[in-house]
Amino acid sequence: MTIEILMPALSPTMEEGKLAKWLKSEGDSVEIGDVIAEIETDKATMEVEAVDEGVLGKVVVPEGTENVAVNSVIAILAAEGENIDAIEVSSTSSSSDTSAQQETATVAATVAATPTVSAQAAVSNEFPAGATIKQMTVREALRDAMAEEMRKDDQVYVMGEEVAEYNGAYKITQGLLDEFGAKRVYDTPITEHGFAGIAVGSAFLGLRPVVEFMTFNFAMQAIDHIINSAAKTLYMSGGQLGCPIVFRGPNGAAARVGAQHSQDYAAWYSNVPGLKVVQPYTAADAKGLLKAAIRDPNPVVFLENEIIYGQSFDVPEGDDFVLPIGKARLHREGTDVTLVSWGIGMTYAVGAADALAEMGISAEIIDLRTIRPMDIPAVVASVQKTNRCVVVEEGWPQSSVASEVSAQIMENAFDYLDAPVVRVTGKDVPMPYAANLEKLALPTVQDVIDAVRAVTYK
Amino acid sequence: MGARTTKAKPTPSQASAKKTGDNLTIAEFTQEQDLKAYHDMLLIRRFEEKAGQLYGMGLIGGFCHLYIGQEAVVTGMQMAQVEGDQVITAYRDHGHMLACGMEANGVMAELTGREGGYSRGKGGSMHMFSKEKNFFGGHGIVGAQISLGTGLAFANHYNENGKVSVTYMGDGASNQGQVYESFNMAKLWSLPVVYVIENNKYGMGTSVARHSSNTNLSERGKSFDIPGEQVDGMDVRAMYAAAERALDYARSGNGPYILEAVTYRYRGHSMSDPAKYRAKEEVQKMKGERDPIDMVKERIIANGWKTEEELKQVDKDIREVVAESAEFAKTNPEPDPSELYTDILIDA
Repeated sequence: MTIEILMPALSPTMEEGKLAKWLKSEGDSVEIGDVIAEIETDKATMEVEAVDEGVLGKVVVPEGTENVAVNSVIAILAAEGENIDAIEVSSTSSSSDTSAQQETATVAATVAATPTVSAQAAVSNEFPAGATIKQMTVREALRDAMAEEMRKDDQVYVMGEEVAEYNGAYKITQGLLDEFGAKRVYDTPITEHGFAGIAVGSAFLGLRPVVEFMTFNFAMQAIDHIINSAAKTLYMSGGQLGCPIVFRGPNGAAARVGAQHSQDYAAWYSNVPGLKVVQPYTAADAKGLLKAAIRDPNPVVFLENEIIYGQSFDVPEGDDFVLPIGKARLHREGTDVTLVSWGIGMTYAVGAADALAEMGISAEIIDLRTIRPMDIPAVVASVQKTNRCVVVEEGWPQSSVASEVSAQIMENAFDYLDAPVVRVTGKDVPMPYAANLEKLALPTVQDVIDAVRAVTYK
Repeated sequence: MGARTTKAKPTPSQASAKKTGDNLTIAEFTQEQDLKAYHDMLLIRRFEEKAGQLYGMGLIGGFCHLYIGQEAVVTGMQMAQVEGDQVITAYRDHGHMLACGMEANGVMAELTGREGGYSRGKGGSMHMFSKEKNFFGGHGIVGAQISLGTGLAFANHYNENGKVSVTYMGDGASNQGQVYESFNMAKLWSLPVVYVIENNKYGMGTSVARHSSNTNLSERGKSFDIPGEQVDGMDVRAMYAAAERALDYARSGNGPYILEAVTYRYRGHSMSDPAKYRAKEEVQKMKGERDPIDMVKERIIANGWKTEEELKQVDKDIREVVAESAEFAKTNPEPDPSELYTDILIDA
């Protein structure tokens, strides 16, 4: 039994190298781990260790040989006592196993020459029939969602800075410590990176953490765990290890807090496969979608907004109001133009629609609510009806969520468009502090009205 | 456990270091323990040698970080763990997986990116998991596994299940900021976690003396009041004895414990590292005098438990298992193209 020793590669890109030196001669016995030769590339010199034991029967490639192809036979190892003179060297390289380079069938790319998304209109009223409706702030709705889910499932816990004894920096976790105790509501030190990782690790073992970031600006410290640990592990483990976790907190511009406290992260997280991204506007959506997020077996980034925490909306009573993640809501019916927005962007869209109505322009408003997965069928259905679209977003313009919506409309509803899709976004600048400059940096209702007039030619 | 004991022998490099483990005795292994340690360590070594060979043949892609030289660390730890304790580490993870009882076939097939791999070919060398064997990765971001491992301990604590999270890191990772964020919370909340710092003397090509202000890494928990000790990571008995102390401490509700396993990696940082930053003599000295497998082997023969010939047979059997895993890893098909779009989200 002879064994062929092959020219090794130092990296997946190396194709050939120099056999610099033999450290064993023909007839020498070789133990596993013995260094038998040195090979060189333009980058490095490496030692070749024996992986089998025996006697070095034949040196096929003498030292000093340049351009030795990877996987060609460089020597023959014989078993102890074998007649080495009888060894014949096969002339061909033994790299017959090319399965690593096997051609894989190409998977269809996502290029769509023809529309691939069919239209599916969004619904407007999802409240249970006969439910009692009451007015509630977004803040109360979020608190109730967490409390109801904590009552239902003892594996749900809340963690974050000031969430327990202080009752939340923005009072979203008000009363949770009193009801559930310190074992379910954890005040953390100011260490976003560390506690996000701890929460993700606990979710690997089946707990359902709700991690509050005091604002999403601080979650940049933790973004490695949100993306590399929470979003990718299911895929990297071949489906073994899910991560049922919610990362939530206020996102985007508050008021007069400057550049480092005013960023909208929707576009960032919406870029990542393995995450779900929710950005609600109304209190009912905040409640129904946060409950869905907590029940979801996947990591969900739940983007709130400080400005709308105190706004009140109709919410159905009852502790089982859960909304589907990934479905847009028809906020207002119209015929002349589609306004697509979400989160605080909706405040500009709603304000503009009221003003436009007085001008005789009927705007339909689609509230996306979920950024990923995005309900493009609902947008397409509306655009097929109105033939015009303006997308409203508070975040920056480049590579924005609005850019994605525009591209999707172009790919899936191009033939229905009577005007280009227009984006109304925050300005392409870090958020200034001065009151007048801050105002200029944010989109306005007037911006939306102007955009609608442009696409309707009115 | 055997009745005989010997004095703990610190490795030459830190003979003068102050250690919590000072004056502790290391119990001799029983015949059964020594034979198990020999088998488990040799399996890792032969597996890694084969992986190195397959990498050289172009069958394993990307990065490949071998564990050769460090076998006593995971083997000693694993022998002291109880069923259900979790293990998590960074990217030099093949040895940890085999120690956890994961099959050589599944690990090797993941290295070659085949459907029979533990992650069905979608993770590779650095990202492999087995929920069934309580192995939680396999993480490619240096330091991430330390917060995650602390999170496993958080879940143990939350559910009061009596399990301990064994969280490994290298000497290089021990400088990451999230290590100290995790230490702080682990102690604050008394989480059952044993941090094992595998000090193999180099963070890639930078020696400990060049990357750490205090080279006694067992003291890294000092400001959090976390006890730590330096352990001879080349002696599987020392690792086992320290592991028992650390696991017992963490399991009893005292919170985290740090073990600095002083060890050595024979190969470069990864397959494409020629390791020019250290002297050949240094490597030869460790291989010749401190090899973890040779030390067990000599003990087994000296005690008359097995002959050299009988141990050769053990080696041969292991090499057959490894050769079979290589064959499986070469012939097992690549994942079906439809797998590209699976395992991204779980159906809600």
